[in-house]
Amino acid sequence: MFSFGKNAFKRTRGGVLPGHLKNTSGCATEAMPIPKTVRIHLAQHVGKPCEPTVKPGQEVFVGTVIGRTEGGLASVVHASVSGKVSAIEEFILPNSIRTKAVVIQADGAQTPDPAIAPPEVCDRESFLAAVRESGLIGLGGAGFPTYVKLTPQNPEAIDTLIINGAECEPFLTADYRECLENGDDVLEGVRLVQKYLGIRTALIGIEGNKPEAIAALTKKAEGDERIQVRTLVTRYPQGAEKVIVNELTGRVIPKGKLPADVGVVVLNISTVAFIARYLKTGTPLVEKRITVDGDCIKTPKNVLAPVGASIADVAAFCGGYAEEPKKILLGGPMMGMCVYTDAYNVAKNTNGLLFLGDKYVKSQAVLACMKCGRCADACPMGLMPPQIYEANKVNDMEEVARLQVDACMECGCCAFVCPSKRPVTQAMREAKANLRDYRADKKK
Amino acid sequence: MNTQTIENKLIVSSSPHLRDKRTTSSVMRDVVIALIPAIVASGILFGTKALILIAACIVSCVGFEYLWNLLMKKQQTVGDFTAVITGILLAFNLPATLPIWMAVIGCFVAIVVVKQLFGGLGQNFVNPAIGGRIVLALSFTSAMTAYPNAFYFKAGVQTMASATPLVSIKNMFANGTWEKLPSNLNLFLGNQPGVLGETCALALIVGGVYLVVRRVINPIIPLSFIGTVFALTAVAGANPLQQILSGGVMLGAIFMATDYSTSPMTNGGKLIFGIGCGLITVLIRLFGSSAEGVSYSIILMNILSPQIDRLTRHRVFGGGK
Repeated sequence: MFSFGKNAFKRTRGGVLPGHLKNTSGCATEAMPIPKTVRIHLAQHVGKPCEPTVKPGQEVFVGTVIGRTEGGLASVVHASVSGKVSAIEEFILPNSIRTKAVVIQADGAQTPDPAIAPPEVCDRESFLAAVRESGLIGLGGAGFPTYVKLTPQNPEAIDTLIINGAECEPFLTADYRECLENGDDVLEGVRLVQKYLGIRTALIGIEGNKPEAIAALTKKAEGDERIQVRTLVTRYPQGAEKVIVNELTGRVIPKGKLPADVGVVVLNISTVAFIARYLKTGTPLVEKRITVDGDCIKTPKNVLAPVGASIADVAAFCGGYAEEPKKILLGGPMMGMCVYTDAYNVAKNTNGLLFLGDKYVKSQAVLACMKCGRCADACPMGLMPPQIYEANKVNDMEEVARLQVDACMECGCCAFVCPSKRPVTQAMREAKANLRDYRADKKK
Repeated sequence: MNTQTIENKLIVSSSPHLRDKRTTSSVMRDVVIALIPAIVASGILFGTKALILIAACIVSCVGFEYLWNLLMKKQQTVGDFTAVITGILLAFNLPATLPIWMAVIGCFVAIVVVKQLFGGLGQNFVNPAIGGRIVLALSFTSAMTAYPNAFYFKAGVQTMASATPLVSIKNMFANGTWEKLPSNLNLFLGNQPGVLGETCALALIVGGVYLVVRRVINPIIPLSFIGTVFALTAVAGANPLQQILSGGVMLGAIFMATDYSTSPMTNGGKLIFGIGCGLITVLIRLFGSSAEGVSYSIILMNILSPQIDRLTRHRVFGGGK
């Protein structure tokens, strides 16, 4: 909230300490048995959803392309099991995006698609084409197509590759297990990206609460002066793109700009390790390590789940419910999204599956804002939530614009610290949406 | 795989799904705890009458808040402890000998007029306890300025003070008449005439340190407020230590000027606010017609708070101007 010394009156960087809760950090990844049915939706990535490329009744194998889309922000979706397509269904994501989903009845054989072979990569173009075909998206949670991140407008200006291993969300240990179990893949992936994109320096950032991961990667990177493993202060949201770039390079990404605008490419640590594996095997992104935790699951675990497995199937593999959960979250507790049914399916960017009950789900009365300013102190972007709330309430959109609510990344720090238990982050989302509408109307 | 499906029973809500343990009640409870040393000191210095007055103010503030919410059919807010704090702080601003019915009027003004009529907690733009105090001071001037001596209830101690240290200092400043002042140690411990909660600097500082350690208040406002009074009075040729230890500077700076709703949110704003309070206090004390200026300085800066907040917004990370 405040600091002494030479920065006594300078605002601190913000952020909060929501607790670690990394109960599964010692749980080695376990592959779950192949479920009878998977349902793979076609909006796995940020951007235009894919169109199905298979028909009901069609035979598919592990790695068969089932969805594709063209254009700038595009990706490919592959079958995660071998079997028969039983239906193409309408599907609504928790963020209310409408898309289609391919339902596959698994035959249990997990026959790989005969077309799968290690891609031939010799230069930048073939490397990027391979990454695109792998169906890889940002595995940290946002789901941005990786090849798009690797093709910035200004490739010559990129001098730093940042590997995001912060994993600052409580509970989640999926990236941590990647460092411990597949450290060689991480380093190899980093070197491949450096080689084909011509990026001089790579910085791997990991929060200080994961000393084993830092030690393991530091040892593997020894002698390679182009790769540095850096310890980040343990403070949520260290893993937010703009925050980690600033922490590791001192550079500030202007509002509305991308890391590439300050000469940086940021990749999640599991994402970069997958690139190395894909170039070796040619198996596209069809399975994902998911941290399964919460007070309602019998055995918290790190599960390797096929994309499209239902939440209920993953829960059953973890011993089922200790008690009926009140909330099921995809992702971590700070930014994760609620689903309304456990018949919902896990996706490529699902890094956590939390089953929360009475211990974490409490209904607390929302009290009046007393303008204590804790939200403003916690905001890593330096926003003033109480002023934004007031301006939005009276529909003063010019003032909302001056308060720059569009810089909000919805990290949840403001609502976390609010002693009056107000839905501050939700109010910021509303103000953002209203500002977007206002600007769109003004353009007309 | 045996699967049971849960549907339409799950809670769907907006992130984040974790909340800090701190609540409005816990914050306000901490403030009440921080006020306890000063309550004890007022009991020692001004006897049971002081404690009865504090109790009466707490009961009437909570009562008025309860009745208001009941009559206006609003959510009951007495559980958040804010009315308790207003009651204690208002009592702290009264001489121990004040008739209780006058104090009850002050409580009515604080809770109903200053706080609830403007929308309740967080919406009032002036500190309720100070609002109540000022109305009482203007309505019942003689009763409000009849300051008992510390330990007045004991045999052999003169009951009423001829003047508080501040009045004496003011007289010295104005016409050069010399009156004997309590020693700095006596001022620090509270052995001086005055209203019941302001005299013991020691107890107030203990409470303030507790609030800072518990991260309930930021030390910028108290430090800049007290520091400004100290520096300006030193420059003006007064005894700065006497100035910060007598009158309401400690009470005002630690407990009244730090009220969330009526002070700025940002650190820069808090600094401006604290310096402004100190400056106005000194101007009133040295050049105004009144001997004391703490409550007027805070109320004036309260009114400026929204403007200060506007001027001292945080720089948006990566944002333009």
